[in-house]
Amino acid sequence: MRLKPVLPILFFSCAVLCGPFFITSPYFLEILIFIGIYSLITLGLNLLMGFAGQISLGHAAFYAIGAYSSAILTTRYNMHFGISIPIALCMAAGIAYIVGVPSLRLKGHYLAMATLAFGEIIHICLNAAVDLTGGPSGIAGIPQMQVGQFVFDTEIKYYYLVWAIFIVLFIMTQNIIHSRVGRALQSIHGSETAASAMGVNVANYKVQVFMLSAVFAALSGVLYAHYITFISPQTSDLMFSIRLVTMVVVGGMGHIWGGLLGAGILTVLPEFLSIFEDYDMLIYGCILLVMVMFLPGGVVRGAEVVYSKLINLIRRSKGE
Amino acid sequence: MSLFSQIVQFFFTGITLGSIYAMVALGFNIIYNATGIINFAQGEFVMLGGMIMVWLSIAVGLPMVIAFPLTILAVTVIGALFERFAIYPMKKPSVLILIIITLAGSIVFKGGAMLIWGKETHTLPHFSGEDPIVILGATILPQTLWIIGILCAVVLMLAYFFNFTMLGKAMRACAVNPTAASLVGISVKKVVLFSFALSSAIGAVAGIVFTPMVLMEYDRGALLALKGFCAAVLGGLGNGIGAVVAGMIIGLLESFGAGFISSGYKDALALLVLLVVLFVKPSGIFGVSEASKLKEF
Repeated sequence: MRLKPVLPILFFSCAVLCGPFFITSPYFLEILIFIGIYSLITLGLNLLMGFAGQISLGHAAFYAIGAYSSAILTTRYNMHFGISIPIALCMAAGIAYIVGVPSLRLKGHYLAMATLAFGEIIHICLNAAVDLTGGPSGIAGIPQMQVGQFVFDTEIKYYYLVWAIFIVLFIMTQNIIHSRVGRALQSIHGSETAASAMGVNVANYKVQVFMLSAVFAALSGVLYAHYITFISPQTSDLMFSIRLVTMVVVGGMGHIWGGLLGAGILTVLPEFLSIFEDYDMLIYGCILLVMVMFLPGGVVRGAEVVYSKLINLIRRSKGE
Repeated sequence: MSLFSQIVQFFFTGITLGSIYAMVALGFNIIYNATGIINFAQGEFVMLGGMIMVWLSIAVGLPMVIAFPLTILAVTVIGALFERFAIYPMKKPSVLILIIITLAGSIVFKGGAMLIWGKETHTLPHFSGEDPIVILGATILPQTLWIIGILCAVVLMLAYFFNFTMLGKAMRACAVNPTAASLVGISVKKVVLFSFALSSAIGAVAGIVFTPMVLMEYDRGALLALKGFCAAVLGGLGNGIGAVVAGMIIGLLESFGAGFISSGYKDALALLVLLVVLFVKPSGIFGVSEASKLKEF
């Protein structure tokens, strides 16, 4: 086993483990939980955008599908969440397959529009299907997660749950990226024609990575629903999809740590800058525009450039 | 109301909506033809048109005859500036980057509008009163006739522009082959700039005539853009006549769907059409599938 890719995640896991020893305020723990929940989606979305080069403007819909499926099953049918969660994830995967097979045949702009339209349709249906989803007022009283007698009712318990799931999925994603599949995805990003000439089944890989990222988003939606215990269509509108894309772009498209970093930055910033409250749209738009135009590699790539320049500077000064 | 007059009523509602979608679709086509970009901010030009018109004619108090051209000018300048500052500086951007840029532009416009004009809805008086005209048992507002008339004017002007003026011909040349166009001395960069200006102007016109019929608010752009795009794709992306016909089809579908099926899902209906068209025949009803395969995406 090569050590290089393993070390950062090992460090990160230790940091996650030790975090609550230093941060005890429930408020900060809640922020960390949200970072974890969003990082799950951006992890999958980054796989789709950064590695396979496809864009989805409808990932809020998968988040909503996950959250609503589990919420409806547990509140209406008293189902245990051990059953409702797999069903929710399968729902998301199934819908992603149905949407993905035809729309991933399309490229670039068409795919973006198809996923955008899909997201809007889901949003409209959540508002209009009052009998099933409770309409605009949403579903309240979603039960908290529970294993036997152990209820995930405090921030600290949920913190460990969310981040444990994240680390497992992160390692899985890392393995995918460093495998044959990851290289295939990157070849699709480079040129679909060249990739298929090299024997990569372009259509299959695209659908699979789309489904995987949809499942990540659905899982994150499930975690959100059972944490807040309330869900409404507002949590899954177009702006949320765009926020997710912004997170990936800010963190760094095509870098495994990019999604996490972007989710972290864009979850923490609004908490400390009250300016976000009123001008959130304008700020997100400006951040997205500036990042794409001047730093398309995101913060991670920016940090790498700064780091290598610093190293060079130190080496040069030592040489003199 | 009898069934027949109901149908006539829905028909006119559909044509009105369709005219708006047609204008949005024409805006998409102009930019697409010149640059190959789908401008995700197209709906925001419509929103800006409506908002600036409301602001000029109600808050500033200008008469409509003056506010109308001023609004178009303002939105045209915004569109041109957007191209200059966000699209122009990019050297060989990928499709993904272009999508994100125009998307970010749309969010900036939306956020800016919210900042300036607030979250509430705005209204504009009808151009020539609200006394309904009765045709075959259906009541029609005079604004409907304005909208249809202005769509016709826009189409005629565009037809003249693309067929009989030098700049229009240059734009068509760029649509066919930018490299060849630049070889015969056409400045492709100017054409791109002009395409953004022209399509934002058409968006503004749509916004101005549409605002009296519905209320305008800062976040109306996205859905209008989606439906306009739906019309553009259904008519074959880049095809002007297709855009108008398909806009009408979408408008009629929506008004009959809202009337006979369910008004809650009427917005979803047009989007469903978009998905079906994209999946079944992405080249649209007037497009040639062989030609669309040669396009870059």
